[in-house]
Amino acid sequence: MLRAASRTGLVFFPAFDWAISPTHPEREERLLYTQDQIFEEGLLDIDGIVEFKPDLATLEDVRRVHFCAPDERSVLTESHLISAGGAMTIARAVMARKVERGFALVRPPGHHAMRVVHGARGFCNINIEAMMIEHLRAAYGVDRIAIVDTDCHHGDGTQDIYWHDPDTLFISIHQDGRTLYPGSGFHHELGGPTAMGATINIPLPPRTSEEGFLRAMEKIVLPALEEFRPELIINSAGQDNHYTDPITNMNFSAQGYATLTSMLQPHIAVLEGGYSIEGALPYVNVGIILALAGVDYSKVREPDYDPDRIRQSPDTNAYIDRLAEEIMGYLRRCPEFIAKNRATKEFAQRERTIYYDTDNILENQKERLRVCPVCSGVLSIDSLTDRGYHIYAVHIPRKACPDCVALGYEWFDAVNLRSYDRVFLQDRTTDRYEVRKA
Amino acid sequence: MIIGLDVGGTHTDVVLLGDHGIECQAKIPTTHEDLLICVWKGLEAVTLGVRPHDVERIVLSTTLTTNAIAEEKLPPVGMIVSSGPGLDPEFFRTNDHYYTVSGSIDHRGREIQPLDPMEIEAVASRLRKEGVRHVGVVGKFSVRNPKHETQIQEILGDHFEYVVLGHRLSGNLNFPRRIATAYLNAAVYPLHKKFFDAVRRSLKKNGLPIPIHILKADGGTMSFDASLDLPGQTILSGPAASVMGSLPFASESVDTIVLDIGGTTTDMAVLVGTVPLLAAQGAEVGRFRTLIRALNTTSLALGGDSAVRVIDGRLHVGPDREGPAMAFGGSCPTPTDAIIVLGGDLKGDRDAAEQGMAQVARALGVSTREAAQQVFDAACRGILNAAEEMVRAINAKPVYTVHELLEGYQVQPKELLILGGPAPYFARRLQEISPYATRIVPQWEVANAVGAALARTTCELTLFVDTERGIATAPEEAFHQPVKRDFTLDKAVSLALELLTHKAVREGAKPDDMETEVLEKLQFNMVRGFYTTGKYYRVKVQVKPGLIADYRSVVERIQDTDTTAPCSTAGSS
Repeated sequence: MLRAASRTGLVFFPAFDWAISPTHPEREERLLYTQDQIFEEGLLDIDGIVEFKPDLATLEDVRRVHFCAPDERSVLTESHLISAGGAMTIARAVMARKVERGFALVRPPGHHAMRVVHGARGFCNINIEAMMIEHLRAAYGVDRIAIVDTDCHHGDGTQDIYWHDPDTLFISIHQDGRTLYPGSGFHHELGGPTAMGATINIPLPPRTSEEGFLRAMEKIVLPALEEFRPELIINSAGQDNHYTDPITNMNFSAQGYATLTSMLQPHIAVLEGGYSIEGALPYVNVGIILALAGVDYSKVREPDYDPDRIRQSPDTNAYIDRLAEEIMGYLRRCPEFIAKNRATKEFAQRERTIYYDTDNILENQKERLRVCPVCSGVLSIDSLTDRGYHIYAVHIPRKACPDCVALGYEWFDAVNLRSYDRVFLQDRTTDRYEVRKA
Repeated sequence: MIIGLDVGGTHTDVVLLGDHGIECQAKIPTTHEDLLICVWKGLEAVTLGVRPHDVERIVLSTTLTTNAIAEEKLPPVGMIVSSGPGLDPEFFRTNDHYYTVSGSIDHRGREIQPLDPMEIEAVASRLRKEGVRHVGVVGKFSVRNPKHETQIQEILGDHFEYVVLGHRLSGNLNFPRRIATAYLNAAVYPLHKKFFDAVRRSLKKNGLPIPIHILKADGGTMSFDASLDLPGQTILSGPAASVMGSLPFASESVDTIVLDIGGTTTDMAVLVGTVPLLAAQGAEVGRFRTLIRALNTTSLALGGDSAVRVIDGRLHVGPDREGPAMAFGGSCPTPTDAIIVLGGDLKGDRDAAEQGMAQVARALGVSTREAAQQVFDAACRGILNAAEEMVRAINAKPVYTVHELLEGYQVQPKELLILGGPAPYFARRLQEISPYATRIVPQWEVANAVGAALARTTCELTLFVDTERGIATAPEEAFHQPVKRDFTLDKAVSLALELLTHKAVREGAKPDDMETEVLEKLQFNMVRGFYTTGKYYRVKVQVKPGLIADYRSVVERIQDTDTTAPCSTAGSS
């Protein structure tokens, strides 16, 4: 009988009765053929592959991560709580050592959901990886965690949530933002003033194939992980780098994804995007599951796989080498940048516009961070949408120093309630979440 | 009247059911070297003086095929497996004559790589040369498109006695299980055919031309002729017989755990109301995971004769059996001895039982009676824990829709229904130490034979409709039909039910006595490039396992009287 070398947990939740809209890519049918392939290959019968039923995440889990405006129920559905709950189920199974690693094959995805949520962006409402990670920190006291986002789109939501967190290394490999939604994720985006180097972006040119992806893994991702020494590695396993994906332009393959997975050895993988539902997902997911479980995946391939047809441009490798050199150079200097920030600034401001493509909302955000000499610093966000909804939110980070905690409460108490529709406080030192309105 | 006959590991039980309930019953030692002997003795015992045409049918449940698999006494089988990309099909090798060939079908049923007929011909001639007479043909995704399996069958021609095609076994997707199931069907075919032909000949010779039906692992029956298509379905009918025999006594309104407490093992099953739960994918038989429809039964290695030992001051019951209880001449103390010491009327040598418990008592440093109580309680708790674990596993079964996850039915048993030699004693104690109401199955000694006799014909059918490709297929029935774009889910369900009814009647069901049920009904919009290009429907329907309607009165009589039927026990040794 076939046996897994690593005991591997699976949560499979295709949500066969949920879609954003009848013809939206994020629809009921999305994981249908993947389920067929997984079932037909008999993966769930492999000794050491265990399937779990997803738990339902709670609103408390949402409130550790997000400020939902006006409230959670207005921006999410049961499906989102199941999807996040599924990721949490796998994480708990890994922590309880029921399995060595696990894969949450769930939908809807989450990596475009930022800390403030006014609606859906890039098919995402709440960030399921971040909810899982903050649950692990609250329930198991895990500290240093790395997220490697291999979705073709920049994981801008996850980046936003962990922008100021030096204990969460966020690495995103994606198609260059100049050529694809959401248009961010350039290699000079390295994290906030007190957390520089904990965000790494690896934008790859269109048509990058197996060769290029694995080169980026080898030259950037693996050395950065080695340096960061995380307790857990999470893979946001988007599958739209595939050569058949209808909304992207990359040339990755099932073999490539499986090899990447066995190089990365993530503890937890969470499905993100991927909309080539017939030509890619069934094969990529089988490859990833086998690679996690340590079962031979060498014969897994797409029906139309032809390495010659999807070869990358000749200059891609040289581009990646140059990128690696620059990024690794930045990373070496980040401690120095942080020290300089702390020495020169008391507060740092960031102002930006965020577009919710799925719900067609435009948000203006003003962020204010205390560049704390001790901790990563308390953060306030003033957010106004083009629909006129205005909120103010204070985030006190998990390891905030007493001064930052005090300042956070001061900000929260002093705010003029009449200027805002809602005012939020998220105190992660005590897991307190409060909402005020006039 | 109906005859039910169940060949068990130790005894063969047979009942004749009629207007008065159990008209006649017999218990005969199972003759493993030649099952025909005990089957025939059993039939003789209950048909003496009965007019042949008064007996409507005989339903048989035997260990014939199950034992042959367990003992690996199977004839050579040729396996021809077409896989395409994915896991290496060598992982699923069942036996020596296992050949993987080219050809590939994808998840939608599209041909990716054609077969190579020359390759198949070469395999066929090799199998013929090696004297192989029975062949299994399995393709990956053949339930979506059986073209390759059918082509291989055509090339094999009539050079083989039995050729089974993977897509006819089940509508479920699971290529490794399809391979194992095809192998087992081909392997047990000659054994099954030879045995039941012999039973039929004997009946005819003795002026009893009664139709033979056979019990399946899912607690349903099928006619002998229908069983020749897929004889593998009769594997593991034993546990199903007892469960079906308990059904008449289960409450309709609550969920029940059935416990068949034997000497070596306790077999457990779950009833939701009066419907037994089926195994999610199929039966597990020895080293094989299959697609054979089966009741969800669990066998716990703990029974009345389990060995009792004290190791490092701690009491252990089972999991092995060293022999009979000391009260019955064994050398190792057992729960049966404990029951006797506690005053149970199980016959046997009471002094020997006392001795056994005294051994345990010395090791534990307690009185003999206290030791007996501890042993008995440990056995009860072991059974209870395993039963609750089984329920937990059933409730933890993953579901794939938001609706099912939020509204899904959770099994919450309120009653225990108990069969087996020490049933009354276990029932009393389990009632005391658990929150369940416990009851004993009346006439439990022959409940298995009664279950076989009263079981209804069951079957299952899966229908796929892909309006983009314009086809409807029911692989198990080799049904293919073009469909139009506007085909609806309702139409798909009625088509599935129509095909199911047809199949059930062909396999021996009465059209006016079958309870059909829609197990699964899914519909998907197929969207390509932001436009809906078709619909995908998946419908799974079944005739539920249950009891035939005519014999409700029989059951009531069994319940009312609970006395042994006025019939001799034949064949004493």
